[in-house]
Amino acid sequence: MLKTLMTSAAIMVCAAAATAQTVGFSQIGSESGWRAAETTLTRQQAEERGIDLKFSDAQQRQENQIAAIRSFVAQGVDAILLAPVVATGWDSVLEEAQEAEIPVVLLDRQVDAPDDLYLTAVGSDLVHEGEVAGQWLVEKVGDRECRIVELQGTTGSSPAIDRATGFRNAIEGHDNLEIVRSQTGDFTRTGGKEVMESFLQAESGNEICALYAHNDDMALGAIQAINEAGLNPGEDILIVSIDAVPDIFKAMAEGDANATVELTPNMAGPAFDALEAYWEDGTMPEKFIQTESTLYTQDDDPMAEYEARKDLGY
Amino acid sequence: MRRTFTRVLPQLLTLAVLMALVTLFFPQFLAVDYQGGRLSGPVIDVLKRGAPVALLAVGMTLVIATRGIDLSVGTVMAITGAAAAWAIASGWGAGTAVLLALAAGLVCGLWNGCLVAVVGIQPIVATLILMTSGRGIAQLITEGRILTFNDPGFAWLGSGILAGLPVPVFIWILTAVAVAILMRRTALGLLVEAIGINRSASALAGVNARVLLIAVYMASGLCAALAGIIATADIRGADANNAGLWLELDAILAVVIGGNSLLGGRFSVAASVLGAMIIQTIDTGILLAGFPSEYNLVIKAGLVLIILVLQSPNLASEWYFLRRSLTQRREPKPVPSRVKE
Amino acid sequence: MLLSIRSLSKSFPGTKALDAVDFELKAGEVHALLGENGAGKSTLIKCMTGAYRRDSGQILLDGQPVSPGTTSEAQELGIGTVYQEINLLPNLTVAQNLTFGREPRRFGMISSRAQRDMAREMLAGYGLDIDVGRDLGSYSVAVQQVIAIARAVSLSGKVLILDEPTASLDAAEVRMLFDILRDLRDRGLGIVFVSHFLDQVFDLCDRLTVLRNGCKIATEAIAETDRLKLIKHMLGRELDEATEEERRKTTAPHEERHEMLRFDRVGRPGTVAPFDLTVRRGEVIGLAGLLGSGRTESAELLFGVRAAQSGQAHDEAGPVDFSNPRAAIRAGFGFAPEDRKTDGIIADLSVRENIVLALQARRGWTHPVPRAEQNRLADDYIARLDIRTSDAEKAVGDLSGGNQQKVVLARWLAMNPRFLILDEPTRGIDIGAHAEILRLIHQMTAEGMALLVISSEFDELVAVSDRIIVLRDRRHAHALVGDEVTADAIVRAIATPDAAQTQTRGAA
Repeated sequence: MLKTLMTSAAIMVCAAAATAQTVGFSQIGSESGWRAAETTLTRQQAEERGIDLKFSDAQQRQENQIAAIRSFVAQGVDAILLAPVVATGWDSVLEEAQEAEIPVVLLDRQVDAPDDLYLTAVGSDLVHEGEVAGQWLVEKVGDRECRIVELQGTTGSSPAIDRATGFRNAIEGHDNLEIVRSQTGDFTRTGGKEVMESFLQAESGNEICALYAHNDDMALGAIQAINEAGLNPGEDILIVSIDAVPDIFKAMAEGDANATVELTPNMAGPAFDALEAYWEDGTMPEKFIQTESTLYTQDDDPMAEYEARKDLGY
Repeated sequence: MRRTFTRVLPQLLTLAVLMALVTLFFPQFLAVDYQGGRLSGPVIDVLKRGAPVALLAVGMTLVIATRGIDLSVGTVMAITGAAAAWAIASGWGAGTAVLLALAAGLVCGLWNGCLVAVVGIQPIVATLILMTSGRGIAQLITEGRILTFNDPGFAWLGSGILAGLPVPVFIWILTAVAVAILMRRTALGLLVEAIGINRSASALAGVNARVLLIAVYMASGLCAALAGIIATADIRGADANNAGLWLELDAILAVVIGGNSLLGGRFSVAASVLGAMIIQTIDTGILLAGFPSEYNLVIKAGLVLIILVLQSPNLASEWYFLRRSLTQRREPKPVPSRVKE
Repeated sequence: MLLSIRSLSKSFPGTKALDAVDFELKAGEVHALLGENGAGKSTLIKCMTGAYRRDSGQILLDGQPVSPGTTSEAQELGIGTVYQEINLLPNLTVAQNLTFGREPRRFGMISSRAQRDMAREMLAGYGLDIDVGRDLGSYSVAVQQVIAIARAVSLSGKVLILDEPTASLDAAEVRMLFDILRDLRDRGLGIVFVSHFLDQVFDLCDRLTVLRNGCKIATEAIAETDRLKLIKHMLGRELDEATEEERRKTTAPHEERHEMLRFDRVGRPGTVAPFDLTVRRGEVIGLAGLLGSGRTESAELLFGVRAAQSGQAHDEAGPVDFSNPRAAIRAGFGFAPEDRKTDGIIADLSVRENIVLALQARRGWTHPVPRAEQNRLADDYIARLDIRTSDAEKAVGDLSGGNQQKVVLARWLAMNPRFLILDEPTRGIDIGAHAEILRLIHQMTAEGMALLVISSEFDELVAVSDRIIVLRDRRHAHALVGDEVTADAIVRAIATPDAAQTQTRGAA
């Protein structure tokens, strides 16, 4: 009874102030271009919806994030967005937010805490991304024999494991597709280029039909290696990768890359959608909101996509 | 010349054995093709890919000879690469970019050298400061993104071809030869070794240890700048987060595999760059052999361990004693052989 | 017999360091082990203590064959050693050093109070009143040496080996140490005593064994031998003791010599009180005083190792800059420091490189001394100073102490300085090299060079000096000129409280 009362009181307060909601956003830091883009898009989304965003950069430290959440609670914000730097150690601070009746939405990464401590989590499905990339390749090559080389992410990291699994799920049962070489390029351009050079040496370039890279940066490095070996990336060797950073669209526009799967930095959009529904009438969203893993190819006007993305901070 | 050859003989032998080993797993390792005006093949890749570590090892050799260490070289690569990419992105052209990068390397070296020689901070701590903070500086320059550019002149330094060989090969070999000649044809080598072995005695003999130390760290910064230029030109972009990441450790390892003591003193630039080639042969060999990537580091560590154990002076003396005791045990045997006669 | 060594041999690549050496040590005796540098004393000791493996031969302890493989094994067997170079850890406290490896524990944790108590107890017999909680390195070499001895004495049960234990001790400390050693002897320890100080050997020891070129020459009871016989054993020839002990013949009264340098009121608070010094061409100035009286510090001020905070120097041409070693070298000064190992030689560099180092540093790196010139210099000084080395490319660290000292001298002679400072030039050096260095000093001054010589051996100072400045409590207290220059006068000047303070300026 008391709880219902408090909830409805909260809703009333919120409804009264519906024109200017305040949301606190605790971001991990700015360690990659993707994360910078996520920050930029979150700000944009908040502005478009008339939400007052309080931003806090944790510089890769959990204690900074916990302090930020406590200060958001103290300021009495209407919701908190949290991109957690690690998975564990959040229980008590999430409980504090819950006691203050402030909904928390997790962005991009998950936490190891009871799921009643947060409203929902927005994220992509890494395995699904791999599957989308794999399916594109399966359709592209048809019945041709295809020897694939794979540039993996940092050994042991969850994107590397999941994106490898998803891709293998997709090509399973298509015996004309075979992964012949698989090696880590550490998610970097230099790594991608160096490892691709060794693939070209080991498999004599014209016998490789496609490259699957766990991120665009490695694919961009590999494209240079293929060019320098006198082959034509995008034609002699098909190239599919994941992330959809601006530079890969440029490469697609130039015909060097074939397809990329978007890991959208727009986590805030779905998060705000869920929050607005919750503020409106208390609708509880699903516990996990999966963002779309959109496939982009050379047919999707890559130059326009490049222009749209290049100022997001990638 | 003969002296240098004897000095680097263990490294040459190691390299030869390693290449034979890689050939076992990847038979075409030694194959070299010539087409379209360029040589290509795994060995050429080793020479090219080993360029950054070889360059860092040249500078690191000098620093270690003074009983110091420079942990910042990987970071300096990121800073100088970012500076070069920024210059090109701002439309200043390849020449200016190179000069700016070299100047940035010298400034980083000057900073390290002053901390060590003037302020008197231990080298490992002094260079750690730049190692940890420097990537932030590089990120400020690139504004946190991979700063890409399209300048064929600058890119040529990383992936161009000269007389059939990749340009970085010329850069590191020329740098190593130039530094070796500078050290041995002038008195610098002797003075550097003297302050490395005994700084206070050298200072009492009138050696200007402070200026020499600063110069040595600046040389290391300059070598790191060259490595940074190559790494940046190679991928046509400055990646502040990843350029040169952990390469300082490979450079130190190269110097150690080159048989140079971390306690300073006698040094050989030739042996250090051979050490860098040994490391690169291992790296490339692992990639070519096609093991799952989980094994990369284990295989590398195992090979390095074996090489260092074989080179250890303790093992050499144990071996000497073992052989002696074996021959001594055999000595009392002539009696039965005489019976035979 | 406590310890017997039978027919022990040891070779290093290129040399036979010990050739079938016998050695016997009784319980309750102090046995001197004598020989020139390179005779094999250190090798023999290292074979006994497990630092080296012997090639052949036997070591019997209490009649049982033993083969210590490491120094700690030897220690457990009861053979303790104090080496010439102190092998303690300067950045630990005195107490930690003394109790290292057997720290008193309380509830499993090291109890630093018990540790300090234990350390104070161990030092009780040595007359040292020091804070055992301070870092060892903050104490003088002499104090560190005493602590090293105290540690070894308490560790070893049966045999105590002392390698040059008194090299850094002053007379009072030596007496104190000898009292302790006699006490230990009376308790049944066997003590092996290695020293270059023959007086101390005759004072302390019961028997002696002489080694030469890796062979045992003789073992005799002290009572049945004399100095001349002993020196003959050691050198394999008669030493003309007369020439060594003879008072230096001055060619001209020093007042008449040409004045070369004048230092005025040079000093540094807390180091040395301001002093004057006039240096004349071709003269030898001796600096005498007890350990810690400011001898070395004076030398360091004059060479700019420590910057003087007051005072200046002049020569005929005008002011002379000596604010740092490089400036002092440009002014024609040279300095062979007391601690050869840490401040003198560059151990891993060759004899040739050590000799040319100062010359090279002055020429600057862009003007390398040509290799032919380097070889010529090295060969020249190896011959002139009789440096015993297989060749000029051998690392200096592999030479004996006396030869290292000659290399440092050669480095300065190659510079042809006008004013050379020698701090303890003969410390830890065997008799042969000792005499040669004194001969060299005479030769250098004959060519017009002025020398400042610091030594704790007053006889030696008297033998070489034209005049002697006596230091006391970090001030130049007294000057001895002409006939006053005797060992006796030095001792009296050191002992007399402030009698001749006023004389300092007048004499300088």
